[in-house]
Amino acid sequence: MILFDYARRNIRLHWFRSFLAVIGIVIGVVAISSMGVLGNSLVLSISDTLTTVGDTIVVYPQSGAGPVGGGGGTTSFRITPRQVDQITRAVGTNLVIPVHTGADRVTMGREDRAVALYGLDPADIPELLELEDGIYLRSTTGAMAGKRLAEEFDLNVGSTVVIGGDGERVRIVGILKERGMGFDINPDYALVVSDRWYESTYGEEGYGMVIVKVKDLEEINAVKTAIEDALNRRTDVVTVLDTRAILQTIMDAFNNISTFTTAIGGISLIVAGVSILNVMMMSVTERTREIGIIRSIGAKRKEVMRIFLYEALVLGLIGSAIGGILSFGGAYLAVSVMLQSTTYLFVPSSLVYILYGMLFGIGTSLLSGLYPAWRAANLNPIEALRHD
Amino acid sequence: MEKGVNPKGKSGGPLIRLADVTKVYPLPAGDVTAIDHLSLEVDRGDFVAVMGVSGSGKSTLLNLIGCLDVPTSGDLYLNGVNVRNLADDPLTELRRDTIGFVFQQFNLIPLLTAFENVEFPLILARGRNGDLGREEIGKQCRAVLSSVGLDQDLATHKPSELSGGQQQRVAIARALVNDPDILLCDEPTGNLDTRTGTTIMELLAAMNRAGKTIIMVTHDQRVAGYARRRIELVDGRLA
Repeated sequence: MILFDYARRNIRLHWFRSFLAVIGIVIGVVAISSMGVLGNSLVLSISDTLTTVGDTIVVYPQSGAGPVGGGGGTTSFRITPRQVDQITRAVGTNLVIPVHTGADRVTMGREDRAVALYGLDPADIPELLELEDGIYLRSTTGAMAGKRLAEEFDLNVGSTVVIGGDGERVRIVGILKERGMGFDINPDYALVVSDRWYESTYGEEGYGMVIVKVKDLEEINAVKTAIEDALNRRTDVVTVLDTRAILQTIMDAFNNISTFTTAIGGISLIVAGVSILNVMMMSVTERTREIGIIRSIGAKRKEVMRIFLYEALVLGLIGSAIGGILSFGGAYLAVSVMLQSTTYLFVPSSLVYILYGMLFGIGTSLLSGLYPAWRAANLNPIEALRHD
Repeated sequence: MEKGVNPKGKSGGPLIRLADVTKVYPLPAGDVTAIDHLSLEVDRGDFVAVMGVSGSGKSTLLNLIGCLDVPTSGDLYLNGVNVRNLADDPLTELRRDTIGFVFQQFNLIPLLTAFENVEFPLILARGRNGDLGREEIGKQCRAVLSSVGLDQDLATHKPSELSGGQQQRVAIARALVNDPDILLCDEPTGNLDTRTGTTIMELLAAMNRAGKTIIMVTHDQRVAGYARRRIELVDGRLA
């Protein structure tokens, strides 16, 4: 304890330069923590925007519609009903939802727009989409509107829209809950109609995609392989994506961004470490004679080393404590400027970055103190005693 | 206590024995032989004044006996333990438990109070393995401070607030606190006026009468008069 006390007093004696060194640690800790919290908030806000469809496998015709965007009105590549049967056999008890995808001109009130259309078996709709208002589609006719589309064109339950050039009037029976960007379908800005209606209007060439809902997440890879084995036997006729993998890829990308920004924060901590090293080296040089005295009265090398490491530790603790407190402010600022929302600031997975920042601050101090402490411990006591 | 280091008061032989000890300092300009085939025995309870001009090897001899350095060749026994092949840690323990240093410049740690300066070696030696509690450490420090005649009120002062004589008393208390066999004094009165020097010498003489073995480097004849025995070094040899 006297060793610690002694170290503490030396810091107090040289409070000004200790203070300067501590500032470095404070800045480093705040930088790391804020960047970490920012990155984490970014990841969290992105993952909230994306629908968490981890249990979904999407089968696209090869070279057909891309995974995101869903529209793809071209008729050249479709999944045939026969292929849907093959998929159904391959996936066993898991739910298979064939989806007609297309787009057409839709007149809503006075406005006339190209709108994405999804044709689904009415029985499948509740499996895939949530209802905000009205009822689910039950009969062949009628349509459900995505939330964003409904908002923009002032559609309500009971409104009528005109789909296609022929001008077939369709009644809106329900409004869908906002779903966010998905990898299967994106109904927020689309109309959902029955498969029968879609086929009678646009023909029966086949489906734009087939969605497979997997009951047991553990099975997702096996199901995926089963589909590929069943359909892509000679040539690849379908592309099979599991949304969890896509989600994972995107998350990984954002996590990398987050790591990168945190690493930039880490650079400032390195600078702080150099400043601690400098202060400690000064301390060792100035106290050479004292080190000689301490050695002559019976302190071992490791005890001398401990005195100096305590000193570094105290600097690190002070810097990290102040830095930790200021990090809340820094993180708040960074997050509110970058994301315009601080919803994700006080969740544990964000706050843990402040803890990381503090630990890094303490670690950096100790690491920087290591060499000066080693130098002090290995001074020749006789020469140290002679030193002025 | 580390193995190989004898408990205090053991052995019938001399407390300190140098057998053909040589200490060579390698310097770029050529090796310097500070101690040259020196043999010497000091018995328990002796008070030896080491005299000699500067460069004669007095300080080197003190450093060797004080376990701050080890001989280049020859053997040095403290309490029957040969220090020549000791590693740094056992050497430090031997120094801590057997030796007390008193320097010309007092060499107190400026950041610590007089009391804490005295406490430091005791804590290093016995305070950290639960050997001695805080109470007991405080008691022993107060006892040793009063034995060197330092006013208890001064114990809470920093060294810079004390006079030279008071500082040297604190330094002697610090040297005594681990109850060492040997006190090594390097010009203990060199920085003191004559009167204060005399009181310090009388204190050391009293410690010697109480059983401490003292080896003191000085070139002051009057100070050397307090010793029971004088040796003179010339070029690292006994004159």
